Amino acid sequence: MLHEKYTNKDAIMEEGEGIILSGSEKASPSRVNPKFKYEVLRVPGGESLIHCFQCGTCTSDCPVARFSDKYRPRSIIRMAQLGLKDRVLDSDFLWLCASCFTCTDRCPQGVEVASVIRALKNMAAMEGRIPQAFKILLGNLIKTGYIYEIPESRIKRRETLQLPPLPKTNVESLTKSLQNLDIKRFLEGLPQKSSEVRVWV
Amino acid sequence: MGVAGAKYTIYLGCAIPYRVSSYELSARKVLNRLGVELIEMPEFNCCGLPLESLSHKLTLLLSARNLAIAEQVGLNILTLCPGCAGTLKKTNKVLKEDKVLREEINRHLSKAGLEFKGSIEVKHISQALIEDIGLDRIKKAILRPLKGLRVAEHSGCHLSRPRKHIGFEDPENPKVLKMLIEATGAKCVEYLGETECCGSTIAAIDDKISLSLVREKLLHVREANAEALITICPACHIMYDANQMRAERMFGEKYGIPVLHYTQLLGLAMGMQPNELGFDELRVNPSKILERALEAKQRT
Repeated sequence: MLHEKYTNKDAIMEEGEGIILSGSEKASPSRVNPKFKYEVLRVPGGESLIHCFQCGTCTSDCPVARFSDKYRPRSIIRMAQLGLKDRVLDSDFLWLCASCFTCTDRCPQGVEVASVIRALKNMAAMEGRIPQAFKILLGNLIKTGYIYEIPESRIKRRETLQLPPLPKTNVESLTKSLQNLDIKRFLEGLPQKSSEVRVWV
Repeated sequence: MGVAGAKYTIYLGCAIPYRVSSYELSARKVLNRLGVELIEMPEFNCCGLPLESLSHKLTLLLSARNLAIAEQVGLNILTLCPGCAGTLKKTNKVLKEDKVLREEINRHLSKAGLEFKGSIEVKHISQALIEDIGLDRIKKAILRPLKGLRVAEHSGCHLSRPRKHIGFEDPENPKVLKMLIEATGAKCVEYLGETECCGSTIAAIDDKISLSLVREKLLHVREANAEALITICPACHIMYDANQMRAERMFGEKYGIPVLHYTQLLGLAMGMQPNELGFDELRVNPSKILERALEAKQRT
């Protein structure tokens, strides 16, 4: 029974993979930006976008695509090639890539699919389109050097377990190294009560 | 590198101190037994992997900073997390090869008096065990061979992918963790979807998808009649151990598969006691497999 899911993957792919232009995209060609692909090519990780010939190996081998009816790496690549900029950068599905790199390793054209998707996420982030969880992780990094705030109970528990004290980042030195990167822009709209946002399960 | 006197700086990253002390505890115990010396580096920071979605450059800079700090003491880095290892390795490789990028990153680092030179290497614990310490030395340290134990391995994505940056393991047919498991005397069984992802990286974005991946893995492991699943990554371990009950609730099923860090399995085979190896920190009750492991006759 479990094995069936593997053989059914092609069927799932066919159902979910067509790119249908929405009403507004059909009505206003300005929503399609033919120059967009050149922007992607210039973002680190986006360089191989142009080599994709839409074979679909990425989607058929993607663990997330097996359980999502929205996430299709091949479609994301095609949308980027076509210039459906807002459709890609505004989407929730862009953030569903698990970064397992199966697509990158198996692409017969050498497209670094996961890196292209990361480049698209970086572009979305530059425009402030960022899931809340990432803002909290970045906020923690700026404060402590790590993406989680280690709870006091954990630090005490280390003593009981006879583990050495945790490394403590020299935050001042870290801040100096990061000062020219303008990463604070990503924090806009950081939720006040970070405990309400799930950063991990 | 010779077998005796292997020495590294240890890089813990974020997930292990935050949630997975059982892994750190058992790893330190077995590495110590194998004569490996670990130097604590107080100034490390996050490797940058979790923030790569926001800014690739931020990730490069964060990992380059760690590399520059380790370079100051001239020791290779050993990580317990494959995600950290992969990120540090990739940055190390890219910056060694790309002079322009290296100069750019060094301009940022120099603000804090640091410089990336490219003078060290980064190894995940599995790579250090197989390449530097060696299977022979591990086998010699086994006092309680776990004969008759049937376990399944989960290497995890970042241990081998992307291939061009990691290189030491075959992503399509991973064998390092298998060899390390078999060195303890346990049998490593094959199962469907061994190389499938645990889903941890999207756990905060889509709970249902990540737990579906957990469910699928655990069902496959159960089909193969494995008595435990063995991981070597903190994130994969959180998914299969700490989240197993959540997956059981979500899908109305019962899996009951204990999930052990490889270092816990190795520690048992080395004759160590479960409480030394953080077994009481595990969420899925490991008592059945512990009983079986402790049955194995201690060599005197």
